[in-house]
Amino acid sequence: MTHSTSRRNFLKGAGTLTAGSLLPMSLIELAFADISENFTFAYISDSHIQHIKGREFVRNWDQGLKRAVAETNLLNPKPDFVLYGGDIAQLGTKPEIDHGLELLSPLRYKVYYALGEHDYYLDLGEYWEREIGPQYYSFDHKGVHFVVLNSILTYEDWIKKWPTAEERMAVMAGLDNPKGSPFMVGEAQREWLRKDLEKVNPYRPIVVLSHSPLQKLFRNWNFWTEDAEEIRQILHRFHKVTVIYGHVHQIQYNQIGNTSFHAAMATAWPWPYPSSYAQAQNYMPKLTVPMNRADPFFERDATGWQLINIHSGNVDMHYTLYDNTNRVVAFNERSGRPLDLAYQASANQIPPQKHF
Amino acid sequence: MKKPSLGLLALTVVLGGIVQAAPPLGLPPVPIPADNPQTPAKVALGEKLFHDKRFSSTGEIACANCHEAAKAFTDSPKQVSTGVQGLTGTRNAPTVVNAAYMESMFWDGREPDLEHQSLQPFVNPVEGGLADHGPILEIVRSDPDYVAAFEEVFGKTGEAITMEEVSKAIASFERTIVAGNSPFDRWHFGDDEAAMSEQQKRGFDIFMTKGRCVSCHTIEQTHALFTDSEFHNVGVGINQIQDEVPPLAQAFLKAKAEGANVDKSVLTDPKVSELGRFAVTDDLSTVGAIKTPTLRNVAETAPYMHDGSLETLRDVVVHYNLGGKSEESQRVNPYLSGGIRPLDLSEQEIDDLVAFMEALTSPEYAKP
Repeated sequence: MTHSTSRRNFLKGAGTLTAGSLLPMSLIELAFADISENFTFAYISDSHIQHIKGREFVRNWDQGLKRAVAETNLLNPKPDFVLYGGDIAQLGTKPEIDHGLELLSPLRYKVYYALGEHDYYLDLGEYWEREIGPQYYSFDHKGVHFVVLNSILTYEDWIKKWPTAEERMAVMAGLDNPKGSPFMVGEAQREWLRKDLEKVNPYRPIVVLSHSPLQKLFRNWNFWTEDAEEIRQILHRFHKVTVIYGHVHQIQYNQIGNTSFHAAMATAWPWPYPSSYAQAQNYMPKLTVPMNRADPFFERDATGWQLINIHSGNVDMHYTLYDNTNRVVAFNERSGRPLDLAYQASANQIPPQKHF
Repeated sequence: MKKPSLGLLALTVVLGGIVQAAPPLGLPPVPIPADNPQTPAKVALGEKLFHDKRFSSTGEIACANCHEAAKAFTDSPKQVSTGVQGLTGTRNAPTVVNAAYMESMFWDGREPDLEHQSLQPFVNPVEGGLADHGPILEIVRSDPDYVAAFEEVFGKTGEAITMEEVSKAIASFERTIVAGNSPFDRWHFGDDEAAMSEQQKRGFDIFMTKGRCVSCHTIEQTHALFTDSEFHNVGVGINQIQDEVPPLAQAFLKAKAEGANVDKSVLTDPKVSELGRFAVTDDLSTVGAIKTPTLRNVAETAPYMHDGSLETLRDVVVHYNLGGKSEESQRVNPYLSGGIRPLDLSEQEIDDLVAFMEALTSPEYAKP
């Protein structure tokens, strides 16, 4: 850890010598590799912009996205770009996607978007694709190969069985709706991924952006990707793979084989949320599973955005927790897995899942 | 849950080596720092220093100018305070009453305690206007009354007297300015049903529930300070400059890194003032955040908020009812605290809340 001290001091010195850093020092992590190869990016996800009527949108969700955008714009040093993890919209409508993109438009960085099920199941991604771009793609940045997947596809039979697009969207929008269907990347996209990665050197770090976890955590809530094992097979030959996903609205991290998994917070609301959360009409999605969680006075509680630092091809996630202590989940070289820098006491650990 | 009995309150407690009166109804014991124990002579010295107008560049401004006992230790009804040569700052003078309980000082918490707070206004260009503390030390080292008092209190004379002793004495005086025993205290902690009106009781109910006030203006089991000592962006001032925050924040941090004084910057530049707690922490999640003030004696200290921009308590409640903006047409700033949201209060409920806040006035500050 001696490197960390010198790196920290270096950054501190640099901060005071130049314009003064807008980045709290706690957000900057050490680097072991060539410093010039390090970079950061911000990650914003799950804004669930919800149209009420006319020009009216749910204030709470608007405010969460506005805050994330405004704070990301204050970052100094600047992140290289922003990833958006999906679910701009709540019910996939044009007004929702338009309004969400409008709220994201003040971002002073390039934004790469992933598609969430709330963006997709009304028109199967047509409007999103028109406004934003392809549903899956890849790009390279400073030696890292980024892959953006549409991981929220599902079985064709399920997609076709609904009398209306609105009904299909509404069912998929319910977190614990038993009529839902498991997410997947699907065969066509897996084939594309295989081809995309063919030319990539196995020592090059891979970062995958998906909306669903690319793990199998909890099927009922679609904290799940049906073809996680197949994707793992495709990524198997790479030495360092990181999957960053949205959807779960909470901090999660895991290591399976060569792959680190990191979840992002939502800007809208945290899962789980309390059944007691009811005062004036608040548009919180109705949840049929009761949650053991106190009423958060602060509606931004456990929501936010994250700064991601890449060093040596692994990522450190920096979670800004409003009215709370910030958290950092960083790749630990010794144990070979991501660890929360604050919460590592073994007695407090839940054994990680080692299977898919 | 009404407590404690009046019999208990008649007791005195031994604190910091001297006998201290028990705190007034509704307040906890005053925390006294170990390195600055209270003594009657020190308190008297502090009171004299607090009122000494010579500690300013024009000989006209004492602490008491902006913290006047007859105005609940504020300068109500001024919007912002006036220093030397009629210069004005950017912020509304907070009361000294019960400042003894505060966990940080100034609206942005830029000083940790009373001992550090009082050093700043003397040398702020829009307050005491002194270039440094030199003139104050000259006076306290030579004025015969001060020479005797400092020797008695601190056992020090001449060069041994520094601003540390000056500010310790002022802090000791300020720690005696505590006030509880309001109609609310007599009702809530003293079981006196007649102490508050029915409307004030309805207002209390809204304060605790739909109004969401108590989440920051806290009430404990045995006492109520009406502040969580935290910092929140509630949409005052910052709303108007929200679009300028990125360049402002950058410029401020640059100036700070180059040695600019935060105390001077926030009181002389209205826009920097609105950066709030951020100016102290450099943490972007504290942009526009301001310390929660106590509500005790609030009916006597208009106007309101850190910039004195709201004239009446009703204006304040309306601001919160609109979800963090003073007018319907205003745009809420993106850094707004998650605790602030539209409340959907009726006109009656707003009036009730105002009536409740009028029940927080201690007898010694109530207007006849």
